[in-house]
Amino acid sequence: MQYTDKENASYVVGFAKAVRWHNFAALILILNYIFFVTGNLLTNNGRYYRTDRKDFLLNLKKQFKFYSNGMFKGEKHPFPVTEERKFNPLQKITYVLAMYVAMPLLIISGIGLLLPEITITTVFGISGLVLTDILHITMGFFLSIFMIIHIYTCTLGAKPTSLFRGIITGYHVSDEE
Amino acid sequence: MKLFIFRIIILFYLINLFSLSSAGSSRFNTENEKVRDTVSFVSRFDADNNRCFKCHGQGKYEYTNESLGKKVNAIMCSERIIHKKEFYSSNHRSFSCTDCHSEEYVKFPHSGELRMEQKYNCIDCHGGDEKFAKYHFEEIEAEYQKSTHFKMEDEGFTCWKCHNPHTYKITVRNNTNLKETIAYDNAICLNCHSDFSRFQILSDKAEIDMIQKHEWLPNQASHFANVRCIECHTKINNNIPVSHLIRPKEEAVRLCNECHSKNSILMASLYKFESKEQRRDGFFNGIILNASYVIGANRNEYLNIISLIIFVGVIVVIIIHIVFRIRNKGRNQ
Repeated sequence: MQYTDKENASYVVGFAKAVRWHNFAALILILNYIFFVTGNLLTNNGRYYRTDRKDFLLNLKKQFKFYSNGMFKGEKHPFPVTEERKFNPLQKITYVLAMYVAMPLLIISGIGLLLPEITITTVFGISGLVLTDILHITMGFFLSIFMIIHIYTCTLGAKPTSLFRGIITGYHVSDEE
Repeated sequence: MKLFIFRIIILFYLINLFSLSSAGSSRFNTENEKVRDTVSFVSRFDADNNRCFKCHGQGKYEYTNESLGKKVNAIMCSERIIHKKEFYSSNHRSFSCTDCHSEEYVKFPHSGELRMEQKYNCIDCHGGDEKFAKYHFEEIEAEYQKSTHFKMEDEGFTCWKCHNPHTYKITVRNNTNLKETIAYDNAICLNCHSDFSRFQILSDKAEIDMIQKHEWLPNQASHFANVRCIECHTKINNNIPVSHLIRPKEEAVRLCNECHSKNSILMASLYKFESKEQRRDGFFNGIILNASYVIGANRNEYLNIISLIIFVGVIVVIIIHIVFRIRNKGRNQ
């Protein structure tokens, strides 16, 4: 929708079609998100997202150092996956920000754009729709960036495909295996 | 987390309260301006015109039937009612009734022949006049003659079907409240297109349900409130203030991109007068933001650039990371 200009309409899908697909995808996303939140509330899976404040920054630094340096020297993973620890500190903070901050903002602002009649008209003289749209595209953009990095980091397992396999099977293959 | 969500909800609620109160005050100002506009004008023909308004200014009139020798109350035909306030706030407010109508009308009862009186068209007064040259009335007339409405002229279509000479006022050039202009201009079209009794005077077509006909339009209510019918149903002409070439329905704009894009046609139609002013603020077609917000047309240049930089940066970092992994794998082997 952002790039469906008249002059490049032949390169991308038309605006009307883009709006329809976008709305359909949004509906699926909302349903998935409800499933995600409900699942985390009703099962034990939610505990993996609880962030420990103790040594928070230090642990983040450790993990970042591993990705940027340690892994090339063959160092061991500083926070290996166990039954109690599904995510490393960097994963955890990214997932919490993505799923509990960016995603709700994306959904709320998306509903505001889908139903413009319920959106705030002006906020301190600025159109409410402008602010809602900027919030929506900013969150959408960051989540898209998150998705790219997320898919890439999924190749950082024991083998490039082992983490993808884990997503489907639910079992993690550790580096030692 | 719960506290965070609660704070967000409270913030949205407070912002909403603020916006509602500011929206209320702007409505109040507009109404006040209307009153001021009507009251301030005093016609030099007021006394003359009052002879007509006495009967034509409201729904009933009173006359003395000389044969019966008594006063009679009668109902004024709705087509002949001219509200004084509306007339004195219209574009033709400085006129005397007899500038356009026969002097014979001052006599009562009016002669039956006067009903056949030839009415002036816009071009009869505005055409070939230097004073009105900048409005290009001749070109407006030429456009009108190409429009789908002109085909119905034999059935009685004239300028006055859209521009009531007694009440019409130019809004888009003068009004700072664009929403009011849109509502005013759309009411001109809907006057016939949503009133079948008026529509059938000019057309033999079956009744058209405007809402149903435009059902394909996403966010229909929002479109109806924020753009004029003529944005999609006329062919843009940059030489005249408002396009008058009404196109057949098959040629109406249906592509969203026509408006929802960087080179939006709205800049040459609805926002034509405002676009002369400068307002950028980093947004494409920023002038639209003074009154509305059109997704696709109002992209932010800075956000586009920043997002592109971040996107390229992420891809570059990933590529570097992959290169190091491959190199490291080679070494290990």
